[in-house]
Amino acid sequence: MQQILSFFFKNKNTLLFLLLELIAIIFTIQSHSFHKSKFVNSANFITGGIYNRINNVKEFILLKKENIRLAQENVELKNLLNLQGISDSTSSTTVIDTINFYQKYSYLAAKVINNEFRKSNNYLTLNKGSSSGVKSDLGVINSKGIIGITKSISKRYATVLSVLNVNYQINVKLVKSHHFGSLSWDSKDYKTVQLLYLPIQASIKVGDTIITGGKSTIFPEGIPVGTIKSFNTNNNNYENINVTLFNDMSAISYVEIIDNIDKTQIKNLEEKSSHE
Amino acid sequence: MNRESINTTILFISLVLLQIIVLNNINFLGYINPFLYILFIFYYPIRKIDYNLIFLSFFLGLSIDYFLNTGGINAAATLFIAYIRIPVLKAVMGKRELDYSSLTIDKLIFGRKYTYILILTVIHHFIVFGLEYFKWSSFGIILQKTLLTTIFTMILVLVSFTFVSKK
Repeated sequence: MQQILSFFFKNKNTLLFLLLELIAIIFTIQSHSFHKSKFVNSANFITGGIYNRINNVKEFILLKKENIRLAQENVELKNLLNLQGISDSTSSTTVIDTINFYQKYSYLAAKVINNEFRKSNNYLTLNKGSSSGVKSDLGVINSKGIIGITKSISKRYATVLSVLNVNYQINVKLVKSHHFGSLSWDSKDYKTVQLLYLPIQASIKVGDTIITGGKSTIFPEGIPVGTIKSFNTNNNNYENINVTLFNDMSAISYVEIIDNIDKTQIKNLEEKSSHE
Repeated sequence: MNRESINTTILFISLVLLQIIVLNNINFLGYINPFLYILFIFYYPIRKIDYNLIFLSFFLGLSIDYFLNTGGINAAATLFIAYIRIPVLKAVMGKRELDYSSLTIDKLIFGRKYTYILILTVIHHFIVFGLEYFKWSSFGIILQKTLLTTIFTMILVLVSFTFVSKK
């Protein structure tokens, strides 16, 4: 006993080092898996607050770009309104039955206060948290296309796992032929992501548009993603389909968080049928 | 609080803020950001047994991790170089035992001082990028990032030692 005690006493430094190193490694491993990184994230009071301050300054620089984007979105929306407004006397009108009409998605505007795009798993920090109704696993988009999925939530801040990550895949499809695939990232270039598991039956060419598939409950169908940049075929399979994102992931300031109102209903139903 | 612990606290907080506000946004060549916060390990007084440094380096790395959403990558790397700095210093000096009462980083001659700093910097950066990618297939990109970031960090370390340490 005496010897054991003296051994611990002599090597206090090393044991302390090993203990702390072990904790650090556990944190690291947890951060590599999507659903587990609960301890170390930037959605807490201190880091969120500091990023908010920094962002107030940075926002000034991005203001012009953001204004242009909003103006473009306004023009598109106005065009849409006008399209509906033209009434042709010969065509029949459709009346929306408000009793049967129901809302499927709700949108919440948020501001990006920290944005990463250089690492292998990138996160954004938003200035909205659980007090605004943000939950984890919600889709995040802006008018140009998809951005990511919410992950850790605190009272006033939330982190978003960006599409630029190597762990999580997003269900997407081709606009043209409705063939489904998965979106992944090889961590090389923040402008380009990869499309996986696309069946060979789908004929593609450079410049084809990719949108979200709507098979998961996170993103609604038809959110723009990007266009095909290059691809090659090997053994009757598509390989290395590179997709150029519509969004410039290095300059994002305002985003919308999408909540699927039917999500719990769908999830419960799916769980129920998988048990039967 | 004595003078040393006040200095240490100021250095700790200012290095974290400098890293978060300025250095993480440099993006030289698109992805290279220096990790100047490890300057803390070099400036910390050289002692034979330093539990404080072990704790401080862990929390220094962890606070960087909190901002970068990187789990415990920086904590693991910073802790490691804090633990091995005395053996590395002994090897660089070519001595079996150091004279802890009078030795400071400023008293080392140029070549030894920067060999010591370079070894610790390379190890730190290699652990950071190694844990970030965590795959053998990414070994090339890990080495490339380690090399480029080390050059960048070393330049900033040189600059800060030239301007700051003359008191």
